[in-house]
Amino acid sequence: MAKTKAAKGRYWRAHLRCVGVLLVIWFVTSFGCGILLRDWLDENFPSVGSAPFGFWMAQQGSIISFVLILLGYKFWMERIEADLEHDEEEVK
Amino acid sequence: MTQDTWNFIFIGLSFALYIGIAVRQRAGSTSEYYTAGGGVSPFANGMATAADWMSAATFISMAGLIASKGFDGAQFLMGWTGGFVLLTVLMVPFLRKFGKATVPDFIGERYYSKGARGVAVVCAIFICLTYIMGQMNGVGVVFSQLFGVSLAQGVVIGSAVVFFYAGMGGMKGITYTQVAQYTVMAFAYTIPAVFIAIAMTNNVVPQLGLIGEYTAGEEAVPFLEKLNRINTDLGFEEYTSGKLEKIDLFCITAALMCGTAGLPHVIVRFFTVKDVKSVRKSACWTLTFIAVIYLTAPTIGAFSRVNLIESLNNSSYEKAPEWFKDFEKTGQMAWVDKNDDGVIQFHGPGHSKNGTDSVFVVTSTVKKPIYPEDSAPEEQRVGKYGERILANKTDLSNPNELWFGNDIMVMANPHMAGLPKWVIALLMAGCIAAALSTAAGLLLVLSTSISHDLMKKIVKPDMTDQEEVKYARAASFVALTVAAYFGINPPSTFIAKTVAFAFGLAASSFFPTLLMGIFSRKMNKEGAIAGMVAGIGFTLSYIIYFQFLGGTKAQYLFGISPEGIGFLGMIINFLVAFTVAKFTPAPPKEVTDLIDNVRYPGGKETAAQDH
Repeated sequence: MAKTKAAKGRYWRAHLRCVGVLLVIWFVTSFGCGILLRDWLDENFPSVGSAPFGFWMAQQGSIISFVLILLGYKFWMERIEADLEHDEEEVK
Repeated sequence: MTQDTWNFIFIGLSFALYIGIAVRQRAGSTSEYYTAGGGVSPFANGMATAADWMSAATFISMAGLIASKGFDGAQFLMGWTGGFVLLTVLMVPFLRKFGKATVPDFIGERYYSKGARGVAVVCAIFICLTYIMGQMNGVGVVFSQLFGVSLAQGVVIGSAVVFFYAGMGGMKGITYTQVAQYTVMAFAYTIPAVFIAIAMTNNVVPQLGLIGEYTAGEEAVPFLEKLNRINTDLGFEEYTSGKLEKIDLFCITAALMCGTAGLPHVIVRFFTVKDVKSVRKSACWTLTFIAVIYLTAPTIGAFSRVNLIESLNNSSYEKAPEWFKDFEKTGQMAWVDKNDDGVIQFHGPGHSKNGTDSVFVVTSTVKKPIYPEDSAPEEQRVGKYGERILANKTDLSNPNELWFGNDIMVMANPHMAGLPKWVIALLMAGCIAAALSTAAGLLLVLSTSISHDLMKKIVKPDMTDQEEVKYARAASFVALTVAAYFGINPPSTFIAKTVAFAFGLAASSFFPTLLMGIFSRKMNKEGAIAGMVAGIGFTLSYIIYFQFLGGTKAQYLFGISPEGIGFLGMIINFLVAFTVAKFTPAPPKEVTDLIDNVRYPGGKETAAQDH
């Protein structure tokens, strides 16, 4: 029982880490690049085609990042869940 | 064949398809009515969710909004797609694991109180109603343009169709119709964009065309540069520069994101798949499908704006293209010859001393062109050059003569690019699909909120399954009637604006409450209820004050407009909830067990059909 509890605790922490990391990326690509740092990025980053970088991030880049974030979430969570199952089997 | 014939064929076929699917898939039990029995494949659910998501406002007005707002339009692009990330990683896997049919169900059990459930039901009904009004209005706009009927008649026809297949078919019926609707929408949106991208930038992919070169002119120039130059020549802001303060843009985007993550009609869509694993898979599909449309929207907006200006500005009315006259008839475009030279002149706010560009005097009640009665003598209705005369008072403080609504960028896009008639008909079918699919999803949440959460759980717990479905159908009829009324008399001019408020309200109520319900084991019912009431109360009064009671820009709190205030409302919700929870008793053990259960996969996975 105690072991299951520990495994579940590990699982929840791994889960929170996964969500945390992805949300940081989410914030940086959208609010960060698209709004807060937009002007600086326009000046200092290479243009995408003829679009300044910050502008491009706000209109297209962020959306592409979001799709990638969700893909990452799917694979990462599947790995965490596989670990949990593995742990639980050891207990049994 | 005429355009009307094509329209009838395309729309007729799509309706036959939707209704055919709904009849085949109609729901028999509550579980099929609420969650389609929980056995939809992740791919199909992904498509259906994308259709649910893509409202009429998104489909018809977003491209135009982005075209006129330029960089600031990113609030919609990032807001609505970014919110989906929040929804997927913070909400749906847990709510799916919980396994009940509605969002108020979760709130009711997690906060062990009928009061919390009641507040959640009221919030759900309110949000869905605000949102569905915009949809019904969108349906009305399309129908009125298509068949030459009035807006009111258009709304009534649309409501009848939605009621028929959403009210009858329940979740099972609408899921498969939404799959068909997404397909129609995706083609209707991207095909004109591809054609126009080829014509203007010689690039098959519109997204690359936007950041590529404009090749339709004498020499190739970067497209965005061309657009900026056109804008500044006419006295508008550069397309790539924004007008909004950073803090306001930040808050609006955040409110849209969090609101999106709290939208009940999108959350319940994920209750239709088998398990938590399928939820994540389905979410990937959904966002991919949504991204197809969202990445196309700015390109349509930008291309049509250039096209519109090139084909209308400084051309004489008599030589103006036929489509302009068609849209004049439907009241979606208007021209007032202020300097009496027979030539259409389009100017931005930069060309007038007081910084306005309104064609006619805009008041809080009159924001659109109004026209003399049909019975008025002809010289009051038709001008010297054959133009349609407005009954509005002309605004002579600026030189701008051309008025058009935001929806014109999508609606007139194929006309402007000279695309074949079937493309226009497809676009019409797409507009209707967008409005119907979202309206159906919302209607379902509205009806289940009333039948399940209100009637079954609070008022009359001994109801049978069949009775509950009957209540759900009756409730959807009532909800639709209310929505249709407000669709005909919308409280705000821009369709998208109406929707934006629904997001603010969702951001300040559902999102924080659900989030705390999952991630905080200490949050109790007193805290949650106080937070919800404070959040939505604050947001609602702010919106009402500035929308209806004549609040001015100078009075904005921290410079945040009513569209962005939901973000602040959300923070207030969190603060109030945690403060109250600190001084009131902790939640009982059953509830912490429930939280533990939704957090972990496996174990007792409650099937969606249990109530």
